[in-house]
Amino acid sequence: MNIADDESPVLESSPPIRFREPQIEMAHGAGGKASRRLVEGLFAPLLFASASEPLGDAAHLDFNGTRIAITTDSFVVKPLSFPGGSIGELAVNGTVNDLAVSGAKAEAMVVTYVLEAGLPTPVLEAEVRAMGNAARRAGVTIAGGDTKVVEHGKADSMYITTTGIGRPLHGLKIDARSVRPGDKILLSGPIGDHGITILLARGELDLEADLHSDTRSIFPLVEALVNAAGPGVRWMRDPTRGGVATSLNELARDCGLGIALGEEMIPIRDAVRGACELLGLDPLHIANEGQFLAVVAPEYADAALNALSLAPGGEDAQMIGEVREQPSGAVLVTTRYGGSRIIDMLVGDPLPRIC
Amino acid sequence: MCLAIPGQIVELFPDQPNAALIDVVGVRRKVDLGLLQDDLPVKGDWVLIHVGFAMSKISEKDAIDQMRTLRMLGEAEAAMQEVEGYGLDDAENTKAS
Amino acid sequence: MKFVDEFRDPEVITKTSEEIRRLADTNRHYRIMEVCGGHTHAIYRFGLKDLLPSNIELIHGPGCPVCVLPMGRIDDGLSIAQQPDVIFAAFGDMMRVPGTQGSPLEHKARGMDVRIVYSPSDALKLAQMNPDKHVMFFAIGFETTAPSTALTLLRAKAQSIHNFSVFCNHVTIIPAIRAILDSPDMRIDAFIGPGHVSTVIGCRPYEWIAKNENKPVAVSGFEPLDILQSIVMVLRQLKADEARIENQYKRVVPWEGNHAALRAMADVFELRPYFEWRGLGFISQSALRIRESYAEWDAEQRFEVPGVRVTDPKAAQCGEVLKGVLKPHQCKLFGKECTPEHPIGALMVSSEGSCAAYFNYEHRKTAMVTSIASVA
Repeated sequence: MNIADDESPVLESSPPIRFREPQIEMAHGAGGKASRRLVEGLFAPLLFASASEPLGDAAHLDFNGTRIAITTDSFVVKPLSFPGGSIGELAVNGTVNDLAVSGAKAEAMVVTYVLEAGLPTPVLEAEVRAMGNAARRAGVTIAGGDTKVVEHGKADSMYITTTGIGRPLHGLKIDARSVRPGDKILLSGPIGDHGITILLARGELDLEADLHSDTRSIFPLVEALVNAAGPGVRWMRDPTRGGVATSLNELARDCGLGIALGEEMIPIRDAVRGACELLGLDPLHIANEGQFLAVVAPEYADAALNALSLAPGGEDAQMIGEVREQPSGAVLVTTRYGGSRIIDMLVGDPLPRIC
Repeated sequence: MCLAIPGQIVELFPDQPNAALIDVVGVRRKVDLGLLQDDLPVKGDWVLIHVGFAMSKISEKDAIDQMRTLRMLGEAEAAMQEVEGYGLDDAENTKAS
Repeated sequence: MKFVDEFRDPEVITKTSEEIRRLADTNRHYRIMEVCGGHTHAIYRFGLKDLLPSNIELIHGPGCPVCVLPMGRIDDGLSIAQQPDVIFAAFGDMMRVPGTQGSPLEHKARGMDVRIVYSPSDALKLAQMNPDKHVMFFAIGFETTAPSTALTLLRAKAQSIHNFSVFCNHVTIIPAIRAILDSPDMRIDAFIGPGHVSTVIGCRPYEWIAKNENKPVAVSGFEPLDILQSIVMVLRQLKADEARIENQYKRVVPWEGNHAALRAMADVFELRPYFEWRGLGFISQSALRIRESYAEWDAEQRFEVPGVRVTDPKAAQCGEVLKGVLKPHQCKLFGKECTPEHPIGALMVSSEGSCAAYFNYEHRKTAMVTSIASVA
């Protein structure tokens, strides 16, 4: 073959993107519908080899028979420090949790710090110390990292990005497509603690409550669940930004089935409930940093719930609903007296309302 | 225009007669009592809060009355059905004839 | 939560809905309008429609202060905030409402100083904490919220806080109800009256609805049992061929209203000769503006305002949905061009707008019921 004959030199395959919006808005980072559109419409077609698999919290890769789980995440939070934790802990626990709900034990992480010029050293020290402590608590090695400094005003004090790798647990196949009608939905503990704590910590609403973030490694709970009910665990997710509603809507869309929740089954602390009532927020949309959802086959559900509730930190675990044929692709919440509503994922972040 | 929540007054401020600290199951906020200045609430009172202002005092008596009325709904009906079940009407007719 | 949980008691809710079924004449189709957007939201949030027999139809009224605000007013407010060193402060409800150049949140993304406040007094505090900036509070709401704005202005004047102003979009409820009843395509049998507006104006202002229009009104609270009891009350009146104003929300609503609140409003506000309501057109004596004595705190007087009228796209049927003539899904744009993600009209943006409520809470339920019915 003559080069001159080759009309088209090797062109890199450049699939079209499905993302039609002219610019990036804040909503695209909020973890809801807009984020999903960006990932599915722009990143996925250009970056991901297999377009058919649903997007999960972590990727499980195979290297000649050795399986490794890998995930990445970035942490942008204001204020940096809040009751119950700080950005350093969020970074470690968030990564550990993403690996955990993909069915893997986190082993190591690398970290990038993007720092704003003018950041006081004690602030950085506190976050790095918090990160180190969280990593030790979670049994994760921090293997390395990178640092960049940007101009004042460009980084909200600091942004942290982590990449974590882990060892997939045996006998587990986490896949939304394996979810069936009749499967039960378990939740590890009370919702809304983190999001409401952050909202109150910003100080703009002048509300006070005895609340703190629930940030923690959920791996011990996931491990307890898997040991008791491994073959029956179909799917797991940590409901961070966008809350339980967003995670379950993603599941409903990915498996094409319906999710039915019993409203009174959902554990929630009084103060979170009070803040939500005052501000007109739905607790199901509020971020959590120390909880996870699991879909478990019905014959394993009781053992699963039992194992969770006996594990330290799992005392408040509940069965909150089940998978059904309908409403396909949606999440339905029903009250004890039979009233029901559909709950969707939000477009952006939840906003307080007065009307 | 409508989101308003019941909260209990847990603290008053001697130097600020128009302010109070309210509690809603553990969530606390300072609210303005200016709209209730004709009949200021006291510590322990329950008030309806909207956009950081107390709009009205909540009457526990009226709330209890309302629940009592609602709980009795259908009881008159049930009582009627029970009486009909006794067949007293038939007995009356038999007696009269 | 006290004074909340009792009114969500499942057993009593079931009992009350049984009473509604007993009272509703099966040969009759009832059209009951809930005026207030907060009731619309509560009805969807608590799934109350599931508890009613099919011959009771709940019609959503125009009592949503965000929904009835013309786009031009949002543009006006944002144009003031374009000026250097001005902070735009508003309730969360306003943040995603689109103006012609985008919503307040979108303006924030482009560099405007936009803050969410829970209370007008927080906006005033913001002014105190930022002496070298001007805080403009974008005020919305019916008579529930207007007194709080009024008191805040009173305090601003008393404390000589000069870097603060209010862009006033307060509207009043009675003209909106009148517009509904005057509308030729409307047939309403009874009203669920706005409970929190009534804590301020009392129950007397509704008496003409019973006396002149012969429609029962139950001034209602917002918990499930409140709304259900209000339906019981109006059904009983309709059955007995009566038309009265009843105060279902007695624990909170004084029949005579709140005099201190009404005084504060009268002190600070006066009625505009007319005001444009999105979807309902110009209504006279239906909105408040700040009096001359408070001119210094009136954003419309302190700043130049373009005052451009922006009409809704012709295809958007916000007006008919607002009046309850059309159900949200009957609007041609519903679910297609107009969704909560890219709303055309405010009824889709506001959390108490009937379109958003219907889209978020209901329309897939309808699809579900339909698909089950078609399988059965």
